Amino acid sequence: MNVFAEIFRPGIMDFLIQTGIVLVKAVIVVGVLMLHVTYATYFERKSIGHMQVRLGPMAVGPHGLLQPIADFIKLFFKEDIIPAQADKPIFFVAPVISIFAGMTAISVIPFFNGFVIANINIGLLFVLAMSSLGAYGIIMAGWSSNSKYSFLGGLRSSAQVVSYEIAMGLSLVGVMMMAGSLNLTDIVKAQEQYPLGFFWPQALGFFVFLVAAFAETNRTPFDLPEAESELVAGYFTEYSGMRFALFYVAEYIGMIMMSLIAITCFLGGWNGPFAIPYVPFAWLLIKLYCFIFLFYWVRATVPRYRYDQLMSLGWKILIPLALLNIVVTGLVKVL
Amino acid sequence: MGEIEEKDIDQGKKLGTQELTLSMGPQHPATHGVLRLVLELDGETVTKCTPYVGYLHRGVEKLGENKTYFSALPLTDRLDYISSMSNNVAYVVAVERLFGIEAPERAKYLRTIMSEMTRISSHIIWLGTHALDIGAMTVFLYSFREREWLLDLFEQACGARLTVSYPRIGGVRNDVSKEWLDSLYRFTQEFPARVDEYETLIDQNRIWLQRTKGIGVISAEEAINWGLTGGTLRGSGVNYDVRKAFPYDAYDKVEFEVPLGSAGDVYDRYRVRMGELRQANRIIKQCIEQMPDGPVLAPDAPKFILPAKENLFKNMESLIHHFVLLTKGPLTAPAGEIYSAAEVPKGELGFYIVSDGTGKPYRMRVRAPSFIHASVLPRLCEGGLVADVIANIGTIDIVLGECDR
Repeated sequence: MNVFAEIFRPGIMDFLIQTGIVLVKAVIVVGVLMLHVTYATYFERKSIGHMQVRLGPMAVGPHGLLQPIADFIKLFFKEDIIPAQADKPIFFVAPVISIFAGMTAISVIPFFNGFVIANINIGLLFVLAMSSLGAYGIIMAGWSSNSKYSFLGGLRSSAQVVSYEIAMGLSLVGVMMMAGSLNLTDIVKAQEQYPLGFFWPQALGFFVFLVAAFAETNRTPFDLPEAESELVAGYFTEYSGMRFALFYVAEYIGMIMMSLIAITCFLGGWNGPFAIPYVPFAWLLIKLYCFIFLFYWVRATVPRYRYDQLMSLGWKILIPLALLNIVVTGLVKVL
Repeated sequence: MGEIEEKDIDQGKKLGTQELTLSMGPQHPATHGVLRLVLELDGETVTKCTPYVGYLHRGVEKLGENKTYFSALPLTDRLDYISSMSNNVAYVVAVERLFGIEAPERAKYLRTIMSEMTRISSHIIWLGTHALDIGAMTVFLYSFREREWLLDLFEQACGARLTVSYPRIGGVRNDVSKEWLDSLYRFTQEFPARVDEYETLIDQNRIWLQRTKGIGVISAEEAINWGLTGGTLRGSGVNYDVRKAFPYDAYDKVEFEVPLGSAGDVYDRYRVRMGELRQANRIIKQCIEQMPDGPVLAPDAPKFILPAKENLFKNMESLIHHFVLLTKGPLTAPAGEIYSAAEVPKGELGFYIVSDGTGKPYRMRVRAPSFIHASVLPRLCEGGLVADVIANIGTIDIVLGECDR
């Protein structure tokens, strides 16, 4: 009798309901996210295709619309090849870490006012922590494959992520100072009084963040860890089938995640110049796709940096700029 | 745990460090075919680079000794298979010089046009793959758009796109139509704008400049000593072009400049080849404007040319001639030897042909620029980074079909 009352006392019920709501939210976000990831690949192939005077996927479905699904089915049923010399447990866990880190970081992003899976007060810090964790997936993949190309890719990636993590963290300090909070919902609300969000007062920080975001997501011009012409496929050279797909998805989730952080911290989050009725996340989605398009556009345009040039760009230019941004923001705030 | 013991430190000293040996190729996306480089890496720095060639060896030189002068022609298509027309021209010019055959004017102009079209189509492949290796992927697809146009023109002229076998000893196989020349002329009017378009993407791009300036530097003297030719030599500022130094076909009748670099780095060689694209276009234009009328095959080379198909069914001598030429080859040919070179897109392609009086060459040696350029790779790569190896492979512009023969 007592046990029964204990379980169904009001506090527990509340807790269960809260947990249920969070779970439902998480399922919705993961579902929607995976759909977007799937079609982000299609969007990339189409937009880059048209930039390069070709059509992109056209064969599966009208205008190739079913291509991502066909790709997924193909990768899912492919033989899972594990190199004989691979360090198997690490080889198995590496793609999971990569995708886990990206997905977890999404949980603190507010998609519209009041809709966030975990409204924690250290949101921004959590995102930075998770994006650092993602590098472990790459390093472990490079190490465990027991292939020289993967190994070099893993090494490059670790150096790159360590260098650009600093620049990225410092570029966000200006935002934290202006918002006075690490909670991403608060950061968005703090931007409501600025017409362009934090983009204008924090233009320098935004620039540094943008460059660092390209490096963090291993996109051109910083795609050295997977530099096709040098390292075959870099850290995932030895991966195939579903495990390869996990890395692929992790890269796109990383890209979406970085875009969402940029939008939340600099471009006013879900707010727009005017409210779009019934679709509270419309502005976020529009900004997100503009941002993702930027990633593709850059990929189709510029060559790749060399390893030492990448390092000197990170340490000699971006970090000093980010520090300058902090000093200026601090001075303006004090005066 | 905790305390570090004396013996651990000793063991650590014994471990030492070792360079990473990386076998790049023969299957690798950036080695342009089946080149294999064994790299010794200290971190990202290349301390030793050893090229291995021969994965595509088909014995072209030896095969040449067992074929008649006429039927050895298709072998030269397969040397540098992306510029087969130039290889054919280099070969037929060598044989013509050896036996004193003079091709008609129109044929000479046609061969010049074809050589320069090949130069454009080969250089735009080089540009596309070089840029792709350095990471700029769009240039590749832009350049293939124009290559497609040229290959279509090749197909209209001779029925083949890649392995053309169009030139003949003493001329070319067939004449081209007026429409074909008009269509090519439209190409020459359009093409300079397309070259500008490629340049907008990379020419002033900071990343491109950082990746190519000061990389793979080779001085003029060293370049000569290594035996480099073509754009790879001229990037170092050496003014040597077979078309100017030892003109063949119609090159002495057209005006063109030889673009030169100065620093001898990857960027200068890139500039030189971009200049050559424009000059090649200029040569084609002049050739079309000056194109004389007349036959396209020399009448004084019956031993090296198949008789016309229509004569075969009416004329007994032609039939016998055809049969003998295809089965035995000419039973006699003047004895002698010659080294004759042509400026193909990759550099100086030379044929050293020894005739012992029979219908087949006693020796057919090919001086392949790609082979010589591949040998300079260690000089360019050692001391650089892994990423520079890729830039250097691109800049020396090699095709392994020609290198391994």
